[in-house]
Amino acid sequence: MHELSIVTSVVESVTESLAAYPGARVLEVRLRVGALTSVVVESLEFCWGIAAEGTPLEGAKLAVNVLPVVMHCEPCAQDVELEGVQSFRCPRCGQPCAEMRQGRELEIDSIEIDDGEVKP
Amino acid sequence: MTTRIVELRRGILKKNDELAAGLRASYAAAGVLVLNLVSSPGTGKTAFLERTLRELKARGARVAALVGDLETDNDARRLAASGAPVRQINTHGICHLDAEMIGKHIDGWEGVTLGGLDYLFIENVGNLVCPSSYDLGEKIRVVLLSVTEGEDKPLKYPTMFNSADAAVITKTDIAEPCGFDRETALRNINEIRPGIRIFETSAKTGAGMEEWLTYLERARTGVPG
Repeated sequence: MHELSIVTSVVESVTESLAAYPGARVLEVRLRVGALTSVVVESLEFCWGIAAEGTPLEGAKLAVNVLPVVMHCEPCAQDVELEGVQSFRCPRCGQPCAEMRQGRELEIDSIEIDDGEVKP
Repeated sequence: MTTRIVELRRGILKKNDELAAGLRASYAAAGVLVLNLVSSPGTGKTAFLERTLRELKARGARVAALVGDLETDNDARRLAASGAPVRQINTHGICHLDAEMIGKHIDGWEGVTLGGLDYLFIENVGNLVCPSSYDLGEKIRVVLLSVTEGEDKPLKYPTMFNSADAAVITKTDIAEPCGFDRETALRNINEIRPGIRIFETSAKTGAGMEEWLTYLERARTGVPG
């Protein structure tokens, strides 16, 4: 996919948020990426250094948490986690599931910052 | 050094999602049914759309199309043969359409207003990966698959097939010489998007168009099915 434009958006978005924390240095940016987004984690990591260079995020680590697809199974009346994205059937009862509960996320979860303040 | 975690919980494509939500509201207010057509390059989106525009127009519907390509206005010229207003969007290298491009091309579209339309079709850039992430505010996302492509395309591109509301198989007139395995294709689509409506069509012979047009008319007027 367009991993470079994704990490560029992340850099812009986090940089905006940093306005509220003057003097802070970003140590890590944590993303939540659903398994059904077609985003390649290795490619995100590769592009990250390029996108962050020369910005307040230069040197920050990128941590990507990949979330498995979770569907709601009507017959089982519960949410079930899929092992892959090749079949959208309930792994318990084998019935097809139409309602997705997790798997399309493309979010900035949180950032770890160093406030730069020395504790008294 | 004082480190701490700041929760942001923010969508990476938030800007696009917000613009798309605005578009969706304006489509609904205008009473226009908007569809986003996605497929690989060469599936036959343009031929299928040209026939759809022509037949809807013949039934008295007010139709228009936006068509995305990296370069050239060839598709817009082909679609304009239907007599419907068509506007080309050239992305100049970008592999998908986004909500901002759609908004810009609806604004200032000479002679076309959303309120004056029954249907607006958006023909996306031929690509089965990137357009899946970009909401254009459409009511119905239609994924197309031609009989000349592998029956396993839905398994190879689950993100796109799973995000679609309807699937159209194109070029059924040449299914036999292509050795198209219909049962396998239908099973694979259903495996990735259980219960999706599937239309089997030929823009050349008109096969399957009646069912497709009826679906569109019902979707526009809110009749189920």
